Amino acid sequence: MTILAKHAALKQAYDELRESGVDPAHLKFDSVISPTEGVLNGRRTILMGTNNYLGLTFDPDCIESAVEATRSQGTGTTGSRMANGTYLGHSALETALADFYGRKQCMVFSTGYQANLGVLSALVGRGDHLMLDADSHASIYDGSRLGHAEVIRFRHNSPDDLYKRLRRLEGAPGERLIVVEGIYSMLGDTAPLKEIAAVKRETGAYLLVDEAHSMGVLGETGRGLAEAAGVEADVDFIVGTFSKSLGSVGGFCVSDSPDFDIMRIVCRPYMFTASLPPGVVASTLTALQKLRTEPHLRHALMRNAHRLYEGLQRLGFETGPEPNPIVAVSMPDQETAVIFWKMLIEAGLYLNLAVPPATPNNVRLLRTSISAAHTFAQIDTALDIFADVGRQLGFFVEGPRRAAGAL
Amino acid sequence: MRQNTQLAVVGGTDAAPNASIRSEISAIFEQVLGHPVSIEDETDIVEDLGMDSLGVMNFVMAIEDYYDLSIPLDRIAQIQTVADLIRAVQELRSGVPA
Repeated sequence: MTILAKHAALKQAYDELRESGVDPAHLKFDSVISPTEGVLNGRRTILMGTNNYLGLTFDPDCIESAVEATRSQGTGTTGSRMANGTYLGHSALETALADFYGRKQCMVFSTGYQANLGVLSALVGRGDHLMLDADSHASIYDGSRLGHAEVIRFRHNSPDDLYKRLRRLEGAPGERLIVVEGIYSMLGDTAPLKEIAAVKRETGAYLLVDEAHSMGVLGETGRGLAEAAGVEADVDFIVGTFSKSLGSVGGFCVSDSPDFDIMRIVCRPYMFTASLPPGVVASTLTALQKLRTEPHLRHALMRNAHRLYEGLQRLGFETGPEPNPIVAVSMPDQETAVIFWKMLIEAGLYLNLAVPPATPNNVRLLRTSISAAHTFAQIDTALDIFADVGRQLGFFVEGPRRAAGAL
Repeated sequence: MRQNTQLAVVGGTDAAPNASIRSEISAIFEQVLGHPVSIEDETDIVEDLGMDSLGVMNFVMAIEDYYDLSIPLDRIAQIQTVADLIRAVQELRSGVPA
């Protein structure tokens, strides 16, 4: 017995995975050479599971601004903004994000995970009610435990179930905060935000939308699902991340709440951690500018998403419900999922193996995320690899067919 | 005060409502699991009934629908046995705060 013995069940599941020859937790790239290519076990591999939606990680302007800021301001801030002060870049980034979302206030965090921890724990406390979609990201669940609010889970993407649960709270004191995500990270489905906003209005709750996977992806100008659904005015808080469409690391929250600034001395995940280094802030600012001025990136992204999604469906694979940049392929069982994933990697295609408890409803998924930087040729190669592996494993496939004809 | 109220509710439950909630819960278990179950107060929901986390979530949601109440996550975490669940349902129905 060791102090870690309490994790025996998880360890057993992990050991079984490793015995089958795969270990997603220790996958090592020899190098990553572009937003869409890396070298894995000596082999050039197409990257199709890295959330690099706009493909900006190797953008020359983003790199240049990061290098310039690093040269002029150093590699790190070596502490929090409370202790070591705010750099010009931090406030410039907050101003730029507030402007992008048309909001009065913005706070930048060191990761998207911390943004959820900080914001959720600050917005609701003891006596308040936090209404979470059952399929919420781990950072939302973890944030919900930090603030001591009463946490109530509603059925995934069910405005009716949410409404029912808010109605049960009628007359109870305390605030209500509804938390949903723009695009859910495992299946790539979007929240029914119009209907959720209607529930919010009717029940007098607050609404927070995590646009981590939808910023730069959805909406006329890339602001995310709230923009696409036309309900931005109903959304009180938007949380997002820099580590997906903006190609760096960090998180943020924007709002029009007049007393928003109090969060800077309330959010412990903001106060007690080092602030983002100048290089990261600078590349993020440049990437945000590109997101705003280069809508063709978003259009290319959606074109690619459709090509992959429809191509996989044509091959006979079962995918998530919507053609978004996250495309998940359902696997019948864990063993098949593991073998399939291993064979894809051996054939030069990297994506995510997603198994419980990280997935909703105990599903086993091969999760892809597409990028604006993928070429049609790369997507077609990926589809060919999927078809080959599927055939070898006895999946019902009609054989590799290029997706080009349909687009 | 709150502690006392809670104890009073728990201590004051007589056998009849307990038994009726137990049989209702048993029916919901059967519905979710798809086979008959035999439950006692001390039945461990995860260990004895072989439920995984998804099963527990579906079961909790079925209980919530049936009794028209929401069981907050911290309360779910405290529930291990059927008796714990009966107590939680009774307390939430009588409006005792968590």
